[in-house]
Amino acid sequence: MSGVTMNATMGALTLGHFLSLGGILFALSVVGIFLNRRNLIVLLMAIELMLLAVNLNFIAFSHFLPLEADRMAGQVFVFFILTVAAAESAIGLAILVVLFRNRASINVEELDELKG
Amino acid sequence: MNTITALFYVFSAVLLFAGFRVITARSTVHAALYLVLAFFSASCLWMLLRAEFLAITLVLVYVGAVMVLFLFVVMMLDINTDAFREGFYKHLPVAGFVGALIALQMALVLMRGFQGAEAPAATAREIELGNTKLLGIEVYTNYLYPLQLAAVLLLVAIIAAIALTLRERKDSKHMDPGEQVKARKADRVRLVKMAPTIEQPSAPKQEGGTP
Repeated sequence: MSGVTMNATMGALTLGHFLSLGGILFALSVVGIFLNRRNLIVLLMAIELMLLAVNLNFIAFSHFLPLEADRMAGQVFVFFILTVAAAESAIGLAILVVLFRNRASINVEELDELKG
Repeated sequence: MNTITALFYVFSAVLLFAGFRVITARSTVHAALYLVLAFFSASCLWMLLRAEFLAITLVLVYVGAVMVLFLFVVMMLDINTDAFREGFYKHLPVAGFVGALIALQMALVLMRGFQGAEAPAATAREIELGNTKLLGIEVYTNYLYPLQLAAVLLLVAIIAAIALTLRERKDSKHMDPGEQVKARKADRVRLVKMAPTIEQPSAPKQEGGTP
C-alpha cells in the first residue's frame, strides 16, 4: 500500500489522467464544431476527433479494470467504433462529393433548401 | 516521474496541440494533416495503455485509409476557404463557454472519482498471449455475431459510397440487358419477297483434257 501512495505522489499515471485528456479533447472538438460551422469537411474532422476522445476513454477504462476477464471488452468496443467510424466517414465524404457536384459549394449556411 | 508518465505528458501535449490546430487551421489541407498528427499521438498513447493491436489499427485504418480519403476529397473539391473564415470567431464566446463547461464538468467528476485508481499489473496470461491474441479470442468467441454485423455494415458502406458517387459516362458503350432481351426477330429481320433471277448456265467449253 505504501508503494501505491508513493507512486501516486511521484506522479504515476492514474485513470483520471487519461479520462481528463479525453474530456479536454472532446470539449476541444465541440468548440471546433462551433467555430467551423460553415466548413463541412472540418465538421467531419471534428467528429472524428470526438470519436478519438471516446475511444481513448474506452481503452483507458479497459486498461485500468481490476478483473482480467473484463479487460478486453472495452477494446472490443473500440474495435467496433473504429469500424462504424470508417464507414461513416466514407459515406459522409461521398455525400459531400455529391453535394459539391450539385451545388458547387460545401458551405453549410447555403444548404437551406428545406427551409428548416 | 518515470518514463511512461513523461511520455504520457509529451504525447498528450502533442495530441491537444494537434487537435487545437485541426479546428483553427486556415487551410483545410493543414487541418487534415494535423488530424493525422493527432491520430499518431493518440496511437502512441494507446501503446502506453498496452492496446497494441488497436494502436496499429488506428494508424493503418485512420492514417492510411480514412485520412487519405479526406485529403483526396479536400484536394478534389475547389473550395473557397476565405468564405469560411469571415466571422470565424463570432461564435467564440458561446463556443468557449460550452467547451469550458464540458471540460469543467468532466474534470469535477474525473479528478475526484478516479484519482487513486492505479493500473493493475499485467497477469501471466496477458503477458504470455499478448494483446492481439487476447482481443482475437474475445472477438471470435463472445462477439462473433456483432463482428458479422460489422462486416455487413462495411459492405453496405462500400456499396453506398460507390452508388452515391457513380456518374454515368456520356460516351460509355454499355449494354442494357433488358433492351437486349426484349428484342425479337420481327424487329431486326425483315423478309422481303423478291422475284427470283435465274441465270442461264452457259455450256462449259470442251477442252478435251479430261482424264
